[in-house]
Amino acid sequence: MSEIFGIPVQAFMGQLLIGLINGSFYALLSLGLAVIFGLLNIINFTHGAQYMMGAFCAYLLLNKIGIGYWPALVIAPVIVGVTGVVIERTMLKRLYSLDHLYGLLLTFGLALIIQGLFRNEYGTSGQPYAMPEALSGGRNLGFMFPPNYRAWVIAFSLVVCLATWFTIERTKLGSYLRAATENPVLVQAFGINVPRMITLTYGFGVALAALAGVMAGPIYQVSPQMGADLIIVVFAVVVIGGMGSIMGSIVTGFSLGVVEGLTKVFYPEASNTVIFVIMAIVLLFKPAGLFGKER
Amino acid sequence: MFAIRKLSAAVALALAAAAAQAQVSDGVVKIGVLNDMSSLYADIGGPGSVVAAKMAVEDYLKASKSSLKVEVISADHQNKPDVGSQIARQWYDVDKVDVIVDVPNSGVALAVSQVTRDKAKAFLVTGAASADLTGKACSPNTIHWLYDTWNLAHGTGSAVVKTGGDTWFFITADYAFGHALERDTAEVVKANGGKVLGAVRAPLNTQDFSSFLLQAQSSKAKVIGLANAGGDTINSIKQAAEFGIVKGGQSLAGLLVFLSDVHGLGLDKAQGLVLTETFYWDLNPATRTWSKRFASLDGGKYPTMNHAGVYSAVLHYLKAVDAAKTDDGTKVIAKMKELPTDDALFGKGRVRQDGRKIHPAYLFEVKKPSESKYPYDYYKLRATIPADQAFRPEKDGGCPLVK
Amino acid sequence: MKAHRVAFAVMVAALLVAPLAVYPVFLMKVMCFALFASAFNLLIGYGGLLSFGHAMFLGTAGYASAHAAKVWGFPPEFAILFGTACAAALGLVTGLLAIRRQGIYFAMITLALAQMIFFFYLQAPFTHGEDGIQGVPRGTLFALFDLNNIWAMYAVVFVVFVGGFLLIYRTIHSPFGQVLKAIRENEPRAISLGYDTARYKLQAYVLSATLAGVAGATKAIVFQLASLTDAHWSMSGEVVLMTLLGGLGTIFGPAAGALVIVSMENYLAQLGAWVTITQGVIFVICVLAFRRGLVGELARLLRKPL
Repeated sequence: MSEIFGIPVQAFMGQLLIGLINGSFYALLSLGLAVIFGLLNIINFTHGAQYMMGAFCAYLLLNKIGIGYWPALVIAPVIVGVTGVVIERTMLKRLYSLDHLYGLLLTFGLALIIQGLFRNEYGTSGQPYAMPEALSGGRNLGFMFPPNYRAWVIAFSLVVCLATWFTIERTKLGSYLRAATENPVLVQAFGINVPRMITLTYGFGVALAALAGVMAGPIYQVSPQMGADLIIVVFAVVVIGGMGSIMGSIVTGFSLGVVEGLTKVFYPEASNTVIFVIMAIVLLFKPAGLFGKER
Repeated sequence: MFAIRKLSAAVALALAAAAAQAQVSDGVVKIGVLNDMSSLYADIGGPGSVVAAKMAVEDYLKASKSSLKVEVISADHQNKPDVGSQIARQWYDVDKVDVIVDVPNSGVALAVSQVTRDKAKAFLVTGAASADLTGKACSPNTIHWLYDTWNLAHGTGSAVVKTGGDTWFFITADYAFGHALERDTAEVVKANGGKVLGAVRAPLNTQDFSSFLLQAQSSKAKVIGLANAGGDTINSIKQAAEFGIVKGGQSLAGLLVFLSDVHGLGLDKAQGLVLTETFYWDLNPATRTWSKRFASLDGGKYPTMNHAGVYSAVLHYLKAVDAAKTDDGTKVIAKMKELPTDDALFGKGRVRQDGRKIHPAYLFEVKKPSESKYPYDYYKLRATIPADQAFRPEKDGGCPLVK
Repeated sequence: MKAHRVAFAVMVAALLVAPLAVYPVFLMKVMCFALFASAFNLLIGYGGLLSFGHAMFLGTAGYASAHAAKVWGFPPEFAILFGTACAAALGLVTGLLAIRRQGIYFAMITLALAQMIFFFYLQAPFTHGEDGIQGVPRGTLFALFDLNNIWAMYAVVFVVFVGGFLLIYRTIHSPFGQVLKAIRENEPRAISLGYDTARYKLQAYVLSATLAGVAGATKAIVFQLASLTDAHWSMSGEVVLMTLLGGLGTIFGPAAGALVIVSMENYLAQLGAWVTITQGVIFVICVLAFRRGLVGELARLLRKPL
């Protein structure tokens, strides 16, 4: 059996794949965060809780109403997205004129509330969520046995990420959004309903988080804590990628997933820290991030 | 459920007896159930432990016609040693608690044991695992009631090696409890002629074990030892099913698994798992009767071995209080070591000088879904380990109390 | 300022009388956190720098002083000094790295650094990870006062808290404090007036870290335990909450906020997750409608700065 860097090819490829899968979640989540920060200047600390809500929504849809995974992929993000819209309309709106640190504090508080409510109801042991039939099992590729579901996660995340990037960077709607961030008054003067666009953008970012949550359901436990420690890592990803850059979050998300995966192979105790080390270094030398522009 | 969760002065069953039979401080024996009410160990103990404690109080007072007044209160230590030790301190200093029970999480248990010793109260630890509680951290005020890392390692470890699982790979929770469990189990494996092919440390509360499981898979070890607990164990097992580990011929040894974990996983994911426990609800008619009664009081959830442990410990404690005619912590613990134990759940046993309670341990295997005939019918018995072999020999622990 | 003198006298009197009625260990906890929050407030309320990683100072000082007292056998006064020194050193190192950036980037750097410190403590053998350093001896202060006596311990914490508090007060009302406020209001202007703003910010940061260290080191001796909780990012979030609730940029605000939050955690502990929910609600309300915080609103009512 041949070896790469002292470990068998099979193990190495396997870890690479795992890294890509984690990277998919990081990418999806940081994409949502980047969209929200880039276009609204709000650091959405609630993102982790909204990811968790997406997973719980899928869980409840399945166990209370009998709606399965595939419809849940659409329904759950919509439901959670709507809650996001409500949050934006009632609370976030008032903070736009203030230092964006207040936005961070508000969303931090909301995260505590949401997580606390779910924890109160469900405890923290986590609920199992059934893997969809069509995606269970795996394919024997010879050098490893990747579960089908995880391959699906990578593929679907990539599609969603690229579709979002395309919409924002290459379509007319996207250009309105980008213009609105630079000069909302002018854009509004052109007759475009800027406040509504902002609200919907927040809702969209939140829906992305919820989508990630639905996808996480079958592989991780659906638990109220699932977003809490993840959100800090996702922040690091967003900062490294560049806080407003869409492509930056996507590329960085996948890359950091791979970096973390490889660290787990060679030096697992550092796997938690490596992303923060990178974050600190990037902040020192290029604070706008690898792909970002200084604000 | 909410009522059980509240800090409640619940069971004050005073029988209309004549003179007081024991000199009890301020007239009431106050029992504090301290455990994790909301996080990864909540199903293992949680509000169920309060139910078990109250059942014990009720049963004891009824059976012995004692005139003791007993109260049960509870609190959530959130798995943090600082929170746990502060609650213990406040309970002892201000709330006049005489004995603390349960306390899963070895870190918290060690802290509470220290506070209990400083204040000369009593501590009956059922939930925590560390064998150090009766080893170098032993105390004349603490009894380790239910199980410990040595017991788990020697139960599961030696049984699995003897039935052919002679090459091991560990996935270990990277903190004191996980390290101890891995170390104790590795010793047993080697002592029985097996080999440890490798180990990987995963941070506590890891969500994604896939990379660790892949390493375990490529090691080709016959047994993958899970030196972790609670949510970590559940995640490892769930994700192992995804990677076809058991289907591929390797077996998983859950070094610390409770009935509630199996219930949370579901049999299709947990089947084939080998584990050691000191109690199972379906073991014999006595355990069955008690467990059904417990379930009716705990919202239909069947008891874990921890719940049984709390019941048994409180029962013996009250017996000792009456026998010693006091609720002074040090004296009652000494009395508990003097009196042999006997209850419906663990049978006959005793408490050693180092504070270790002895009773038989059982090696179970989780049934396949097709083998399960009724709710909570999860385990089949593979072996029984007699009491004197189930726990570390007294002289080996390094406890200063053992002469 | 008269209002300050009155408020200070009220606080001191309350702290002297309260232990007769309220559990002293609880009060000591409040004092340690009040000092921690006041130190944090120095940085954000007067320096305008939001640090999201202040837990690293609390945790570092706690571990250092616990280790010194337990393993090296330091008497309590030296253990606390050692813990403080470690926090100060960490403050200097992280400050040099973090000060280069502003606003949200500064907050993110402090968060990243604090996470690294946290994971270091998680792994390092001397901290015993999840178990923490337990059984830290209280020791004998100045070889005279046995700190196992609750009143002696209380006196020590009282002196430490009042001392720290006065130091912060003095700093705010000194020329240094004025420059700091100027930097917070308009940094380019301060630079144009010839002030080396980076140096001032660094000094404020290190001072804040040191005082947070005093709180952490003392706390470890009082509770005879140093644990990961003190270095976790949720602790950084809590100190933000305390300061925000009490009133950013007020003198007595952080202490008031600490009192409320610690009391809430203590007396509502049995309600479990509701504590977290309540904390979240407080955050939300404070940000939306109560930005001045308790003391800030009180100051506005009385029309006097507090």
